[in-house]
Amino acid sequence: MLKRQHLPVAATIALFVLMFMMGSFRYTGFFSLQVLFNLLIDNAFLLIVAIGMTFVIVSGGIDLSVGSMVALTTMMSAALLQQGGWPAWAVIPFVLAVGALFGAAMGALIHYFKIQPFIVTLAGMFLARGLCYVISINTITINNGFYTDMAQTKIRFGDNFVSPSVIIALVVLALAIYIAHYTRFGRTTYAIGGSEQSALLMGLPVARTKIMVYMFSGFCSALGGVVFTFYMLSGYGLHAVGLELDAIAAAVIGGTLLTGGVGYVFGTFAGVMIYGVIQTLIVFQGTLSSWWTRIIIGVLLFAFIVLQRLFTMRSDRKTGSVEKMA
Amino acid sequence: MTTDSKGRYSSGSHSSWLNRAYKHHLFWPLALWLALLLFNLFYSPSFFKIVVREGHLYGSLIDILNFGAPLMIVAVGMTTVIATRGIDLSVGSVVAIAGALACQMISKGSDQSAVSLVLYAVVMALVLSLVLGLWNGLLVSITGIQPIIATLILMVAGRGIAQLITDGQIITVSSTPYQYIGAGSLAGLPFSIFLVALVFAISALLTRRTALGLYIESVGCNPEASRLAGIRAKTVMIIVYMFCGLCAGVAGLILSGNVASADGNNAGLWIELDAILAVVIGGTSLTGGRFYLTGTIVGALMIQTLTTTIYSVGVRPEVTLVVKAVVVLAVCLIQSESFRKAIISRWRTRRYPAEREVTRHA
Repeated sequence: MLKRQHLPVAATIALFVLMFMMGSFRYTGFFSLQVLFNLLIDNAFLLIVAIGMTFVIVSGGIDLSVGSMVALTTMMSAALLQQGGWPAWAVIPFVLAVGALFGAAMGALIHYFKIQPFIVTLAGMFLARGLCYVISINTITINNGFYTDMAQTKIRFGDNFVSPSVIIALVVLALAIYIAHYTRFGRTTYAIGGSEQSALLMGLPVARTKIMVYMFSGFCSALGGVVFTFYMLSGYGLHAVGLELDAIAAAVIGGTLLTGGVGYVFGTFAGVMIYGVIQTLIVFQGTLSSWWTRIIIGVLLFAFIVLQRLFTMRSDRKTGSVEKMA
Repeated sequence: MTTDSKGRYSSGSHSSWLNRAYKHHLFWPLALWLALLLFNLFYSPSFFKIVVREGHLYGSLIDILNFGAPLMIVAVGMTTVIATRGIDLSVGSVVAIAGALACQMISKGSDQSAVSLVLYAVVMALVLSLVLGLWNGLLVSITGIQPIIATLILMVAGRGIAQLITDGQIITVSSTPYQYIGAGSLAGLPFSIFLVALVFAISALLTRRTALGLYIESVGCNPEASRLAGIRAKTVMIIVYMFCGLCAGVAGLILSGNVASADGNNAGLWIELDAILAVVIGGTSLTGGRFYLTGTIVGALMIQTLTTTIYSVGVRPEVTLVVKAVVVLAVCLIQSESFRKAIISRWRTRRYPAEREVTRHA
């Protein structure tokens, strides 16, 4: 029996299946495993970033700096590899550490000085984007052997293939599901999102968890940046502009409530896949322009937000309080 | 806008006057802005030079007013929204849509410079902005969706709509009356400054000389309580979102008139962030209930001064973002109660471990 709290996620998955089937009936060559794999290949970085975003949103915050962090990661990787002559095995841990530290610093500002997450991560967004340009205002192309290998390697499953980035993204997804639902950290995150005051009174480590949530998001954006670097093989300050919106949209379409406390990492995965399938449908259609993606995503956002609102309103009336799940 | 209490500031002893000035909501924004101007005074004295050429005034200060005009107008609209504990993320998209519609309509006309055509296009663009504002307002007030999410929808979809209107092209127009909105000058000053003055005057009069301002603040404090007190909270919310949309539309016309073209992708990009920043610097709290229109104007001027300063100092313009980030953080830290307390208490009190634990979780 389907629980009501799973309904938004179920709706998202059903919508994905429906859209995929619609594409399969309308366009020849759409119904294949490779199209499905391509969705993953093209959106691996978005998936990783959106997973980090899901944790932040579940904790009741928001992280606007993720897109800039991805750009900064591509830029740092490119500069260190090409101009600094660092080996790949040193660059990747370094950029991941920078991302995590960046996130932790924002989390500390948010928690200790009680500044709105919106403003702090906005400043982080400006800062990271600006630091890209401090490194260079031009595109830096990467020709490091490891990076080109990662870009070109095809992991075959029969006739079809995925890229190593997809494996990374799926591992992150599995880990994130485990962290969210089976660890103390995950439960504390949900509790803080439900009510920070109550979490504090329950004796939960609010400060540590909040900082770790932003640290996790920073880490995810840096990892997403690394995957994006594999995908683009270049560093550029204008990479991933507006990615934060895509990530937030994916999380919301996946059933995460922006008020915090409610959401599933798996839902975000479904949200990212819907995002990908819309883009693929538009490519197959051929005559529609790419800006239709934005409009359709907007319409979907609207539909899902209203849907969630209806659910919470109904449970309000029934139980007299907003139903929170942890 | 609590200048009505100015008379009382002059009385009293010197120290209490200082104390009151320090407590005044305009103290921090003005101090920061003056510090920036002071820096310019020492760094490049030509910053304050204003020359008259062909009856027009030129100079860095005029530039700040001119280029800051769209930001100031959007920020005024944003202030009223934030006062109701809301936020409007869609202003950047509305800026793009208004410019796109006006340019599209003008470019279709046979005589692009016809005043009636331009007037018609401008009115239609403003009506569309009002409708978009109404959409946001309805979502927030009737369905009760959080403002940040409700306006996110239009923020995401809006740029697509702007592209749809312009068919993905950058539309250029050659229309003298239309360009006048963004680049014309009146009495030696850029025309956009008068638009800012008009918007500011109207909003200040409406909110401070009528009860509307009080309604907005009470809705921001507690929508439910103000509804019970007989205020139509939902109507007030719809009005402020419509006003914010209208302001964004005016800013969009100025921006696209200035360059005589409409670019659905880049017009007004990130203006919502600058506008929110201006509002916060101006002393309006994002938690609603209080708003300061003058503070917002000072905040917007400060942001524009900062940008101009960075250009004139000769720092690469790309680094603007880094400086902006540092300023945002500094301003927020100064305004953060707990940050000031943390600094003051470091001097004043001895800290026992238990006490530290208590204050940390307070």
